[in-house]
Amino acid sequence: MNSVHNAAQAVLEVTGLSVGFAQRGTVLRAVDDISLHIAPGEVLGLVGESGSGKSMTAYSLLGLVEPPGQVSADTFRLCGKEMRAADERAWRQLRGRRIAMIFQDPMMTLNPVLRIDTQMVEAIHAHRRVGRGAALEMAAAALQRVGIADAPARLHAYPHQLSGGMRQRVAIAIALLNAPDLIVADEPTTALDVTIQAQILAEMQALCQASGTALLWITHDLAVVAALADRVCVMYAGRIVEQGPVDQVLAQPAHPYTRGLLDSTPAAAPSQHADNAGATRRLSTIPGLPPALGERPEGCAFRPRCARASAACLQVPALVAVSPGHEVRCFHPLARVSA
Amino acid sequence: MPFFILRRCLQAVNVLVVMSLLVFAGVYAIGSPLDLLVDPQATTEDLARAAAALGLDQPVWVQYGRFLSRALGGDLGDSFIHGSPAIGLILARLPATLELAVVAMLIAVGLGVPLGLWAGLHPDTVGGRTIMAGSIVGFSLPTFWVGLMLIMVFSVQLGWLPAGGRGPTTELFGLPLSVLSVEGWRHLILPATNLALFKLALIIRLTRSGTREALQQDYVRFARAKGLSTGRVVGVHVLKNILIPVVTVVGMEFGSLVAFSVVTESIFAWPGMGKLLLDSITQLDRPVVLAYLLLIVLLYIVINLVVDLVYALLDPRVGRGGSGR
Ligand SMILES: Nc1ncnc2c1ncn2[C@@H]1O[C@H](COP(=O)(O)OP(=O)(O)OP(=O)(O)O)[C@@H](O)[C@H]1O
Ligand code: SF4
Ligand SMILES: [Mg+2]
Repeated sequence: MNSVHNAAQAVLEVTGLSVGFAQRGTVLRAVDDISLHIAPGEVLGLVGESGSGKSMTAYSLLGLVEPPGQVSADTFRLCGKEMRAADERAWRQLRGRRIAMIFQDPMMTLNPVLRIDTQMVEAIHAHRRVGRGAALEMAAAALQRVGIADAPARLHAYPHQLSGGMRQRVAIAIALLNAPDLIVADEPTTALDVTIQAQILAEMQALCQASGTALLWITHDLAVVAALADRVCVMYAGRIVEQGPVDQVLAQPAHPYTRGLLDSTPAAAPSQHADNAGATRRLSTIPGLPPALGERPEGCAFRPRCARASAACLQVPALVAVSPGHEVRCFHPLARVSA
Repeated sequence: MPFFILRRCLQAVNVLVVMSLLVFAGVYAIGSPLDLLVDPQATTEDLARAAAALGLDQPVWVQYGRFLSRALGGDLGDSFIHGSPAIGLILARLPATLELAVVAMLIAVGLGVPLGLWAGLHPDTVGGRTIMAGSIVGFSLPTFWVGLMLIMVFSVQLGWLPAGGRGPTTELFGLPLSVLSVEGWRHLILPATNLALFKLALIIRLTRSGTREALQQDYVRFARAKGLSTGRVVGVHVLKNILIPVVTVVGMEFGSLVAFSVVTESIFAWPGMGKLLLDSITQLDRPVVLAYLLLIVLLYIVINLVVDLVYALLDPRVGRGGSGR
């Protein structure tokens, strides 16, 4: 796996992406100057605590941020299309066809008063001129692909007649309907039982691999990222604080926050993690809470919770490389541990 | 479902009996109709004879018992004033009132849902704010005042429309209707608008808040993420969800529209049940008042049942196919 910064072939290439909310004369940035690139077929994990701006990032990638939220970016290319000044029409052509999204709560994402077939067929008809019969066949095939037995019968069901896991499978089937280049999955397994989580995770991975679909997998769980992603971005208070290949970031976390996350996640780190060598690793939590949007401290937002903070941290650190493809936003990054 | 309907019918009978008791007691308390019915010069014997003829010499419970046993046979008594069956008098006026109420409700829904939808989709625009301000005005102006203003402007000053009465009617399946002729509409439009105003304001607000709420839902975001057009998202995903509360409220409000058309009917001299009720109350015509109120109760019960059935059709989460709930 190589992390090429090749804009020509990237599915997604954004730099300087921000989502701001004007409030009391200032603009609060829920997403603050982040850059993402995703190659075809690549799985990128986006990790962060609640409120760090993960969902806002996801919405902005599909042009789904609603007023008063304001999106700005220096570069914004999606599937080779320039999206910075895109209007609703241009967005609509990409949404559901080139880029699809799956949401956290399957109880809320399907419209409760419409049958599954209606909600699937309309997703096909939004982009392709096919007859209803053909669309229904495609829908049934998509349901079978995500492991739903008895697909024709399920098509006639209303969402409330299906279990949570089943509904999330339907949502995944809808996302896959038009064979998109990129799927943005916003914590799609968080609301599900652990066993079903694991199943859906594995199925998603297999499906995307088979179809060459790139995946932006949003989660607060590093263990999920470890199992699934090629690269990972760690987000804190609207900024990306560390990013790089998954095995490197998990084995050699350079940012104190990533380290804290790892230490509070069971079984996330690969075995060469220094603390993880013995079976007696104790879980610890990061002291304090992430700041609310209006109360983010100046400089490095992690400062109040950071044991390594110094006066220098009153400035915003830049994202700098600690090794090829592995970047960290910290004045006092953790030293590399030799394996 | 059949079980559900049966249960509701039994409930309906209970409600009717209790209501008849309350209404009977209430009407009894208004005063004796004898003083109005009989010539002031009449002797005590005359009075006693009249009272006996109308059954008013008996104790209340006997009067109620008689009323109830007759009512079970479909006879709600004869009008003291007109001498003909009370129920017949009311039913003769029913089409006029129903037509007025139906047209008023159609105006309220036909304008209220689109306006509310628009205001919900564009809450911070001049148009959206104007619609909301208008709905507040619609809520706060008294019906009788608006009625008088409508007459002042459209009948007196502009002279476009008649000030009152129902005008000519056209028969359809034995029902005299105004909506089948231009002249009928000219008589109908002012009272119907007057009656619709309050409900229009209500439906605008309901639709707007429903739209605002639906737009926040993940299913709307998911629908947009599928690449659907705004028209489809609003016209199918949002509308189908807000229709559920709208249908419920329309149903409930329809009963009150019929029951409280009294004000509008008397302002516009509309020959409906409301006007009959007012006349009957001033003349202490007990049987008519009693029959009217019971009919309204029955109407409410039927409407509620219909609303529940429609609700089950619109909302798949409400027990469809058997379980009742
Ligand atoms: N309309 C809004 N006005 C102001 N702030 C908002 C608005 N919508 C969201 N925010 C803020 O944006 C920030 C980022 O929210 P977001 O939903 O992206 O977080 P998240 O990382 O997805 O969290 P979670 O794990 O809970 O889903 C939050 O602090 C939230 O308060
Ligand atoms: S920049 Fe300073 S405060 Fe921020 S994480 Fe690094 S050491 Fe801690
Ligand atoms: Mg989120």
